[in-house]
Amino acid sequence: MALDTVKHAQENPDAVQPYKELGLKDDEYESIKEILGRRPTSSELAMYSVMWSEHCSYKSSKIHLKQFGEKAVKSEALLVGIGENAGVVDVGQGYAVTFKIESHNHPSYIEPYQGAATGVGGIVRDILTMGARPIAIMDPLRFGDPENPDTRRVLPGIVSGIGGYGNCLGLPNIGGEVVFDDTYQGNPLVNALCVGVMKHADIKLATAHGVGNLVVLFGAKTGGDGIGGVSVLASETFSDSSSKKPTKRPAVQVGDPFAEKVLIECSLEIFAEDLVVGIQDLGGAGLSCATSELASAGSGGMDIRLETVPLRDPSLSPEEILMSESQERMCAIVEPSKLKRFMQICRKWDVTATVIGEVTTGTRLNITFNGELIVDVPPRTVAHDGPVYNRPISVPKYLDTLKPVDVPLPSTGVEIKAAILKLMSAPNMADKTWVTNQYDRYVQGNTVLSQPEDSGVIRIDTQTNLGVAISTDANARWSYLNPYEGAKLALLESCRNIATNGAKPLAVTNCLNFGSPEDPEVMWQFSETVRGLADACLELGLPVTGGNVSFYNQTGSVAILPTPVIGVLGVVEDVTKRTPMGIKPGQEIYVIGNVDDNFSGSEWAHIHGKQIGDRSPVADLDMEKRLVLMLLEGQPIFEAAHDISNGGFAASISEMVLRTNVGATITLEGNVAAELLAETPGRVVIAINESNTNAIVTLAGKYQIPVKNVGVTGGDSLTINDGALSIDELRGAHTGVLEALFG
Amino acid sequence: MRIGVVTFPGSLDDRSALRAIELGGGTPVPLFHGSNDLKEVQAVILPGGFSYGDYLRCGAISRFSPIMESIILAAEHGFPVLGICNGFQILCESHLLPGALTRNADLHFICADQKVSVENTNTPWTNNYKKGQEIVIPIKNGEGSFQCSDETLKELEDEGRVVLRYVGKNPNGSRNAIAGISNKRGNVVGVMPHPEQAIEDLTGPSEDGLNFFTSILKEMVGR
Repeated sequence: MALDTVKHAQENPDAVQPYKELGLKDDEYESIKEILGRRPTSSELAMYSVMWSEHCSYKSSKIHLKQFGEKAVKSEALLVGIGENAGVVDVGQGYAVTFKIESHNHPSYIEPYQGAATGVGGIVRDILTMGARPIAIMDPLRFGDPENPDTRRVLPGIVSGIGGYGNCLGLPNIGGEVVFDDTYQGNPLVNALCVGVMKHADIKLATAHGVGNLVVLFGAKTGGDGIGGVSVLASETFSDSSSKKPTKRPAVQVGDPFAEKVLIECSLEIFAEDLVVGIQDLGGAGLSCATSELASAGSGGMDIRLETVPLRDPSLSPEEILMSESQERMCAIVEPSKLKRFMQICRKWDVTATVIGEVTTGTRLNITFNGELIVDVPPRTVAHDGPVYNRPISVPKYLDTLKPVDVPLPSTGVEIKAAILKLMSAPNMADKTWVTNQYDRYVQGNTVLSQPEDSGVIRIDTQTNLGVAISTDANARWSYLNPYEGAKLALLESCRNIATNGAKPLAVTNCLNFGSPEDPEVMWQFSETVRGLADACLELGLPVTGGNVSFYNQTGSVAILPTPVIGVLGVVEDVTKRTPMGIKPGQEIYVIGNVDDNFSGSEWAHIHGKQIGDRSPVADLDMEKRLVLMLLEGQPIFEAAHDISNGGFAASISEMVLRTNVGATITLEGNVAAELLAETPGRVVIAINESNTNAIVTLAGKYQIPVKNVGVTGGDSLTINDGALSIDELRGAHTGVLEALFG
Repeated sequence: MRIGVVTFPGSLDDRSALRAIELGGGTPVPLFHGSNDLKEVQAVILPGGFSYGDYLRCGAISRFSPIMESIILAAEHGFPVLGICNGFQILCESHLLPGALTRNADLHFICADQKVSVENTNTPWTNNYKKGQEIVIPIKNGEGSFQCSDETLKELEDEGRVVLRYVGKNPNGSRNAIAGISNKRGNVVGVMPHPEQAIEDLTGPSEDGLNFFTSILKEMVGR
């Protein structure tokens, strides 16, 4: 095929172009023509189609996501906000921390191993691009029915993909979630979070300033993998039976973690010598994205010579080079005087680096291929001024047909014992070490807490013991019942989790997993979620530093439960003072917070016929704020602490007992079933020494939060009222469940 | 007391090993694979990781790096070398140690707090342990199953060259539950578990690994 140059496009204005196949709508194609004053060349069409895809342009969500900026309180901790590769917060002592969560749902369903692996690779490069050394990852995962054969296909591949990539990068995997629900059967959720640390002065931005500065592509060579991945893969559903399109398998990228590990070390050495003006990683939309974003954020002008891009497959066309999503590549803007040193460092690490263009005086991004002009666009129109949709919303009809939960309510000792065994052996509550033992949690030597603790805690300074804590949470069933409250509750749970371990919440990231934005009921769920999260962040004084929206998570026309995964990062002044969940003999156990009798959205309801119920809890922001302060002030007297969430108090106390093999004797009064199994938010189990009895009562009084003593630790069984369960019996029920299903 | 840690492309536990040397009282010296300069170190550690992505075979490519030429030569003259995990794999590929490390029996990467017994305390890396002492240090590998011929196995056992042995359930199918071995002379030791990740209670399962790094100092002072 002849090269479709700008000149050729001008001379052949009526050529038929495959914009629909590339995912562009009629009016979007018309706007491109209007912007350019002519039809786009095929290379330009490729660029616009990927950059204007839902995945890259946030065209359906942008209008809602604005709230995170508008409602945000001024946070002094926020150094870099939304819009860059990842947000950056100040954690004190001159350190800055950057973190972000992203989805890789669709690729992971098609190719579980590679999809999940490159999900890790992508988020790690986002963190690296900010100038930070990546220090930990987390993976919230959601799957369909554990008994379904397809879950057996998907889960082991995803877990080994995350391990295979993350372990090879030397990043401790410190937490996440493994959740099963039929809603994810045809659309598992694979979210990946990365956190990185740097000094304030080392923050890097994705910008191309300085006329004459060079555009350097470094890292892996460009191949034919992942072409059009963003526009096709991330924006359509799979089992569209009316579609006669060919299989999309080749569009999933293939990862090379070794190349990424070397790229990390090489980049950090380059950053340390201050050799770059701006930097951007190549992820979704590859070079199209990196060049247009760098130019758009800079002075605007950039020339690129596409034939200089090192190729793995020499038969690639210019359009394919622009769209390729080959992994492990970065694009830097380098002053000519610093190029020599830049190249030396790349050679040291055996990293291929090539000058592919320069920053120019103009305001256009010009791309040539063997001297012929094939792209001539204002970069901002590609990168930032994509279409914006205010999609129709409507309140879902399902909300009128919700039914209250009907579950057995254990009260006798025999019933309590049976309930705990049933609960703790359910796949959602069972021991997850079969998954987490495939991840390296020790590498880098700074992991203070990792799963199954409430949050992951990483030391960032070995002298001062400064550290950070991170947790991710979601309760999709509550979001289904009430997305506004569901989003708030997920945020609160995440805050509570890190505060339970002793961290002060500082910043929020989110991965919003939803169905099709073209479905008005899904769009309502989405808009309510964003409104809830923005309102709660405002109330708690926490900035949203970035995140990711994943739409089109559905099987046929059935959307997944709305699943906003909320990550909260906090600072721990002295990690040696963190509170873990394991108890020791002779401690007093208290429950902080009050329970109610709502079982909607609980594991207990899910275990009994997969019921969801009819009403979400209502987030009590004022109380939860006080609770966080109480947890932080109480750290010196807490010997152990564990949040109450999935599975209620029964799950929390069982996990505490199993963590250190120390029994407990508990007395529950009042509504015993609710005390045991309800998941009322805003509650934490703590263990203290008897000598601190007065102190806990004083603390509770100060923050006006109820506490009650429910028992003592010790012995070799978990006894609740007159139901006694040996630790061995409890462990037997709790462990080996996932191994039996997937091992 | 200068102790070197080699960084290969893809090494991961190099910085942890440097820190462990420091906590043990030694002077850590970073070494790079691309140079044959041992920078006057008195002992060297090959750290864990995935050097060259474990492509081809674990350790197979690193074995040919310039620094390994110097290390192999020195080791043959009694220079103390400790290979941890990927470092152990490199030592086997270099033929400084016999046998090979193959995929774990269950074919999964395993990260766990592992109990092992110290069977040989006559090496420069284990002289601060008591013979038969049981310690808990992390294992984290995908290819940690030690395999060798019957003849080599007999030799290793008869000569007391098994340095560490797994206690309890054999985690990966290693022959005779072997977790670490030495060469005939005892100066070259390879272990699959990671002593450098068990040097502080705060960040590891124990502090049981620290004695590897104090042993080498004792050895040097004793010379």
